[in-house]
Amino acid sequence: MNWQAVYPILPEITLLVLACVVALTDLWWPGKDRIVTYCLAQASLTIVALLQLWYFWGGATYYAMQRMVVADPMGHLLGLFATIAVMTALVYARPYAASREMLRGELFTLSMFSLLGMLVMVAANNFLVVYLGLELMSLSLYALVAMRRDDTGATEAAMKYFVLGALASGFLLYGLSMMYGATGSLEMNEVFKAIGTGRINRAVLVFGTVFVVAGLAFKLGAVPFHMWVPDVYQGAPTSMTLLVGGAPKLAAFAITIRLLVEGMIGLALDWQQMLVLLSLASMLLGNLAAIAQTNIKRMLAYSTIAQIGFMLLGLCPGVVSGNTVSASNAYSSAMFYVVTDVLTTLGTFGMIMLLSRAGHEAERIDDFRGLARRSPWFAGVMAVFMFSLAGIPPTVGFYAKLAVLQALVSTNVPGFVWLAISAVVLSLLGAYYYVRVVKVMYFDEPVDLHPVEGARDVRILLSFNGVAVLLLGILPGGLMQLCAQAIVRMFAT
Amino acid sequence: MPLLSIAIWLPIVSGALLLAFGRDDRADAVRWAALVASVASFVVTIPLVTGFDLGTAAMQFVEKHAWIARFNVSYALGVDGISVWFVLLTAFTTPIVVISAWQVIEERVNQYMAAFLILSGLLVGVFCALDGLLFYVFFEATLIPMYLIIGVWGGPRRVYAAFKFFLYTLAGSLLMLVALIYLYYKSGGSFDILVWHRLPLSMQAQVAIFFAFFFAFAVKVPMWPVHTWLPDAHVEAPTGGSVVLAAIMLKLGAYGFLRFSLPITPDASHRWAWFMVALSLIAIVYIGLVALVQHDMKKLVAYSSVAHMGFVTLGFFMFNELTTSGAIVQMISHGFVSGAMFLCIGVLYDRVHSREISAYGGVVNTMPKFATLAVLFAMANCGLPGTAGFVGEWMVILGTVKVNFWIAAAAATTLIWGAGYTLWMVKRVYFGAVANPEVGALADLDRRELAMLSIMAAAVLVMGVYPKPFTDVMHTSVVELLRHSSVPKLVP
Repeated sequence: MNWQAVYPILPEITLLVLACVVALTDLWWPGKDRIVTYCLAQASLTIVALLQLWYFWGGATYYAMQRMVVADPMGHLLGLFATIAVMTALVYARPYAASREMLRGELFTLSMFSLLGMLVMVAANNFLVVYLGLELMSLSLYALVAMRRDDTGATEAAMKYFVLGALASGFLLYGLSMMYGATGSLEMNEVFKAIGTGRINRAVLVFGTVFVVAGLAFKLGAVPFHMWVPDVYQGAPTSMTLLVGGAPKLAAFAITIRLLVEGMIGLALDWQQMLVLLSLASMLLGNLAAIAQTNIKRMLAYSTIAQIGFMLLGLCPGVVSGNTVSASNAYSSAMFYVVTDVLTTLGTFGMIMLLSRAGHEAERIDDFRGLARRSPWFAGVMAVFMFSLAGIPPTVGFYAKLAVLQALVSTNVPGFVWLAISAVVLSLLGAYYYVRVVKVMYFDEPVDLHPVEGARDVRILLSFNGVAVLLLGILPGGLMQLCAQAIVRMFAT
Repeated sequence: MPLLSIAIWLPIVSGALLLAFGRDDRADAVRWAALVASVASFVVTIPLVTGFDLGTAAMQFVEKHAWIARFNVSYALGVDGISVWFVLLTAFTTPIVVISAWQVIEERVNQYMAAFLILSGLLVGVFCALDGLLFYVFFEATLIPMYLIIGVWGGPRRVYAAFKFFLYTLAGSLLMLVALIYLYYKSGGSFDILVWHRLPLSMQAQVAIFFAFFFAFAVKVPMWPVHTWLPDAHVEAPTGGSVVLAAIMLKLGAYGFLRFSLPITPDASHRWAWFMVALSLIAIVYIGLVALVQHDMKKLVAYSSVAHMGFVTLGFFMFNELTTSGAIVQMISHGFVSGAMFLCIGVLYDRVHSREISAYGGVVNTMPKFATLAVLFAMANCGLPGTAGFVGEWMVILGTVKVNFWIAAAAATTLIWGAGYTLWMVKRVYFGAVANPEVGALADLDRRELAMLSIMAAAVLVMGVYPKPFTDVMHTSVVELLRHSSVPKLVP
């Protein structure tokens, strides 16, 4: 075996092998309450995370498998965060799943396979590999959402997710095939070069771009391709919502960067316009619709749409009048945004699961009433998450918004400055419903008088999650620097 | 010693500790701990004035450390002759608030005390920040504790008031964020406020930045017509919340005009001065008349605050030393006077549980000690010579006469409106025969309340009789500010 060929994709291979090991172990020796499977899965994910960290530390870029995949710092960083997100989601999900008869081996193996799909997406340097990773991730997630077979809500959510997801994949594939037809290559760098020559039929390129952007927007959940998000978030069991709403965003961001920036930056003028419209529509509809919700999962779904809209805004000012000077600034802002958003989202869904008990889903906003009296600490943690999503300092969400706004304003193009102002005004709408959750927790009397008790590991990790959001809000410099480094290195190669 | 950092973080850390370890079954220990922490936080700010160098307009007690390297943001603190007084005022108010809540707040005592301590640290941070982003972070972060204070411990319409407060302020300050980022870009990647002061800008850019700042600060001051959140917030907030709102949070807006609008966009400030003066005069005259017809004591004092802050903005946009110093003195004295007025209302409310003027009458018969102090504060509120309220108003009117007699004449009518609404309230609440059995049964001040109000009374009188130390310390900085904002810095 050629070590050189394997070395760059070692994390993916390790994950594949370990996922199979976990699947087999679960068949023969699940342990009481699947404790063995759980520990083994977490240990495997830890190994993968450490590998990613090690590669990121090295900072080098490798191509492997005839340049089908690329292992670069951006990929390793996003892969690392995705792995951590899945690990966190599993910790939060285990007690919840156990009390709802969902604690089966599939939960762990399918999450690991979906993570494998994400890592493949993150490392893709070829249109087909992008698609391969996307399908591996999506199919695992469809199955996870459908795992509670007897629950009509979950089944409906899974069906919608599957049908719309398949449609999105179709869009993406169709767009990629057009790009292939026009440029004659499936590889990102080749496509980039071909577009750069300027001798390609523009109509076909733009047509392909439209489909690629639509497919990506589906996966990210941007308006008008957002229909699945509220239904899936609400209908899926909360543990699965967490798996759908956390790490996959990172992977979707990664393929957005790979396809649009690495492959098609020559067409930036076209896709930037589309992203501007998508992001404005997402922020408007997401924020307005979230105000009307009484179900907190649905509210968070609409809030996710709005957050994705804000993140997409960061991708818009990359190329200004043919000039890519501000590109790394813009893309690293968007990356910082998506990473911190996932961190906060994990915590909010973790809180919902913490408050849920056997036979009781804490799904309504009213279930948070008077939480400050039932558990001052966890009310504080939830308040930190909410203020972070609303973008109030000193929480990390503020710096995410700052970074994106800064990327827009520093182009000094009036259009982008107006975009920044409208984003700010729309995020004011958003502040209302986040702050309303704080109001419910602090100003209202509790109706549900059960003490807040959950597994100790969930409580510790949730607390840690909350402290991280606050601490990153006080000292955001390090994480920002990491994202900037990753993107700068991507451009350097 | 990093005095400013200590002044910021001592209350915040002690607030966090109270949150972590305080419990309602140890409420007394929590109260004492909060008192000790707040007094200690005040004591550490005293060397800021005693060690202040009067000869320079430069920033003093400067601390600077890199904070967010990627955006060149630094943790930069410093005070000049203007901001040092607000640091002291903030630190001075917090122990008073702690004392005022001593027996009144019985539930979630640790959270109440912690909210005020944390708020105090954040407010000190706003006044010391020399970095635009650091300023913004502190400025916005103050929303969170105040929102909780109004919403958790407030009156019957607290939820409405808390939301209104939060969203109004946030709406204003988000535009300021865009302006800060724009300045960051224009200055070639610096968030340093002092660099921005020297940054040449075109008139168009200046006007845009001026109005972005205007929205943030006008809401906070508050200026007419964006003042409507203030009466609601004041009426619903607990006593301590009203005191901090009136004494300090309103000053954030006015301070913002001094630190940002005037020096960074001097030409736009001059061009739009008429607009600011017009809004200030409307606040003084119209809001003064509105105050006259209020039935609710807290609302009355809230509207009187808007009118008094109109004097402050008027003083700033007259651009002479007398009016500017006068406006700053007015800010400080308003901190003492309105804070004390709200404390007085709190004293009555704790006993009768009504803020309606008509629920009282003849309080002087049953609470003579209290009535004496309350009348003193009321006199200060209408600007009686010898009290703190007189000095600032007098300076602003005197300076305005030099610029434009008619503006001064309109502003001076405040002495009539102010006396009208304040004395009429005093007459109805304190004098006359005992109106009802509840008033007849009132007990006079206990030692805690007497101490708290006496401290405020001392401050009001000292500042009224001998304001020289205040004006001396701010003199050099005010002169420098005016010199700076009179030089055009337009780019051709």
